[in-house]
Amino acid sequence: MNCCCGLEQSDLSLLAPVLSEYKDTKGSLITILQKAQDIYGYLPTDVIYHVAEKTGNTPAKVMGVATFYTQFRLQPVGKYLIMLCQGTACHVNGSERIEAAICEELGIKDGETTADGLFTLKCVACLGCCSLSPVMMINEETYGSLTPEKAISILSDLREKAGDKQ
Amino acid sequence: MRIVVGSGSCGIAAGAQKVYNALEALLSSESSAELGVTGCIGMCYLEPIVDLYEGSDLKARLVKVSEKDAENIVKAAESGDLSLVEGITITAEDETFLSQQTRIALRHCGVIDPTQIEDYISADGYKAIEKVLKEMTPEEVIEVIKTSGLAGRGGAGFPTWFKWNAARQSKGDEKYLICNADEGDPGAFMDRAVIESDPHNLIEGMLIGAYAIGAKEAVVYVRAEYPLAIKRLENAIAQAKAKGLLGQNILGTDFSCEMRIKAGAGAFVCGEETALIESLEGSRGMPRLKPPFPAQCGYWQKPSNINNVETFANVPWILLNGGEAFAAMGTENSKGTKVFALTGKIKKGGLVEIPMGMTLREVIYNIGGGIKDNKEFKAVQMGGPSGGCIPKELLDTVIDYKALGATGAIMGSGGMVVMDESTCMVSMAKFFLDFTAKESCGKCVPCRIGTKRMLEILTRITKGEGKEGDVELLEELCEAIKDGALCGLGQTAPNPVLTTIRYFRDEYEAHISEKKCPAHECADLISYEIDKETCRGCTLCAKKCPVSAIEGSLKNPHIIDNNKCIKCGQCKTVCKFGAVKTI
Repeated sequence: MNCCCGLEQSDLSLLAPVLSEYKDTKGSLITILQKAQDIYGYLPTDVIYHVAEKTGNTPAKVMGVATFYTQFRLQPVGKYLIMLCQGTACHVNGSERIEAAICEELGIKDGETTADGLFTLKCVACLGCCSLSPVMMINEETYGSLTPEKAISILSDLREKAGDKQ
Repeated sequence: MRIVVGSGSCGIAAGAQKVYNALEALLSSESSAELGVTGCIGMCYLEPIVDLYEGSDLKARLVKVSEKDAENIVKAAESGDLSLVEGITITAEDETFLSQQTRIALRHCGVIDPTQIEDYISADGYKAIEKVLKEMTPEEVIEVIKTSGLAGRGGAGFPTWFKWNAARQSKGDEKYLICNADEGDPGAFMDRAVIESDPHNLIEGMLIGAYAIGAKEAVVYVRAEYPLAIKRLENAIAQAKAKGLLGQNILGTDFSCEMRIKAGAGAFVCGEETALIESLEGSRGMPRLKPPFPAQCGYWQKPSNINNVETFANVPWILLNGGEAFAAMGTENSKGTKVFALTGKIKKGGLVEIPMGMTLREVIYNIGGGIKDNKEFKAVQMGGPSGGCIPKELLDTVIDYKALGATGAIMGSGGMVVMDESTCMVSMAKFFLDFTAKESCGKCVPCRIGTKRMLEILTRITKGEGKEGDVELLEELCEAIKDGALCGLGQTAPNPVLTTIRYFRDEYEAHISEKKCPAHECADLISYEIDKETCRGCTLCAKKCPVSAIEGSLKNPHIIDNNKCIKCGQCKTVCKFGAVKTI
């Protein structure tokens, strides 16, 4: 089965070891998709069709699972994935103002990526660092006790760092 | 001396790993000091924390440690001269945070090294399973749990023995034991702390459960957002297998049990047991109709038993100390202890385990030290999106399933978020409805459409577009959703709205009739003004205003142009003289 949109051409051979390990274990669809996302950074459409074919599921079932869980992404993410915590403690300590500041600074909304491919903003449920609230996590690094200014200066630093490397 | 770095997720987020690296770099192979890690000590507000041990004696607890302190810590550990670290040693007052607690589920957290099975074994680990397998029948195990009065710590508080017994009685050889570690409640991290800090305790508790119900396979469903917990549990399972504590013929008996981890993929509804089963089977996590209950027909249609992490964490202790010892703690209808994640506008936030029957006031003021910045307490939120807000008048409510239920909130899994006078209760209700509306799986109409309609009404109210009759309409919707929703997520989703209406109806009225937000939180209902007398004309606010809405010259009072103002609050944050007022 070929990808219907024809836009994405992923290297499907990368997924072969994962599929041979899990395809005969029932109930492994979520695990396969998690491993696929680790490989490709997101779930390209042709990968979804490929997984469906190899696991004997319909593409609709695989797509249904991929869109149900917040962990799965159908679009590539930026170099820096900003996960902004929206847990109760962060909310009480002003996470909405942080979100507004980040959105204004980057010109994107929740779930979007900046045009230069540098930042993706994702508002997430609790990261569990409530005592440091409000908190955001950028590529595994946690930043706590945020204020709008502090958040913006962190982003500026990252932007500079990315610029230096190029 | 041994230097032990508290390395739970929140400790690491606060900088524990950097401290560890700095200490490691300073310690030479000839040094008399050793370096180790432990899990979450529970005093999140003092992280990163470093302990100095002489044998098993805690000699000093160092708090808010930074990399700069590493040199002195190493010197102190090598020489035994604790005066070197006096400046960062915990105060007697902060020590009371732990001394007022009773730790059962968390008994090893922050004490043992979670990455070493030997540490757990030397703390009486795996003794309970040995006793169970060699001396007790499954029925006797269930009887002990019944005597203990242990109830499900995930929130609903269903008697654990009853579920175990139902799964035991179900026909069939193939049965499953499942641990629900999909801790999705925003503002709660008890289960994560247990897995990260004491993974073998969970494994042992689950093994006892598996023996009691007759399961040969056990699965832990862990939230994907907890990578460290998954890593430590994987490591612990491998260690237990290597020691013959998992797998075939455990401890030389006829009992065999395999254990594996399944990482969730992010869906709050998967905390509901039938949705969790669907997810385990690789499908969308949508709840099933009950009955049949999982005890009869669960994972792969086989009898299954599902318990929460904290429930299992209590089990080894109960088997070692007896059901009576556990039942001796707590109130008439709630036995034992409960772990809470105390957060929000609280001075000392962290993990708290207390015997049932303590009052909310004792937890918030005696252990938590009261409200941040000495502001006025307004409410405490318990049970997350399924729970409710408990007001000041009810601070003396005891922590007990029945007493908390009577307030309209629930015990919940342990989230305890404290709010002060600056939190708007309508906005709080909106926050939770926004959460449940997003997390609703969409299977049943009352939840899918009902939460959305409630969110729309609440959004309207917080924008100053509320209409007379909105509160009554909300109440009507709440009742319909409670009655009509398929699963616990929908049935409890109205709780945050119902409790805020019940205790803070005047705040709803103020938003609707006067178009005012009494807590000054809803941006559309407030405006900023500069007090002419207090303003020194420093020009800082004018410089910081992102839309140039503030005018004024140096040393003269400034004025905000409300037509331009976007109500971001920057001016108020930066003013050093408190001249900017919210009205």
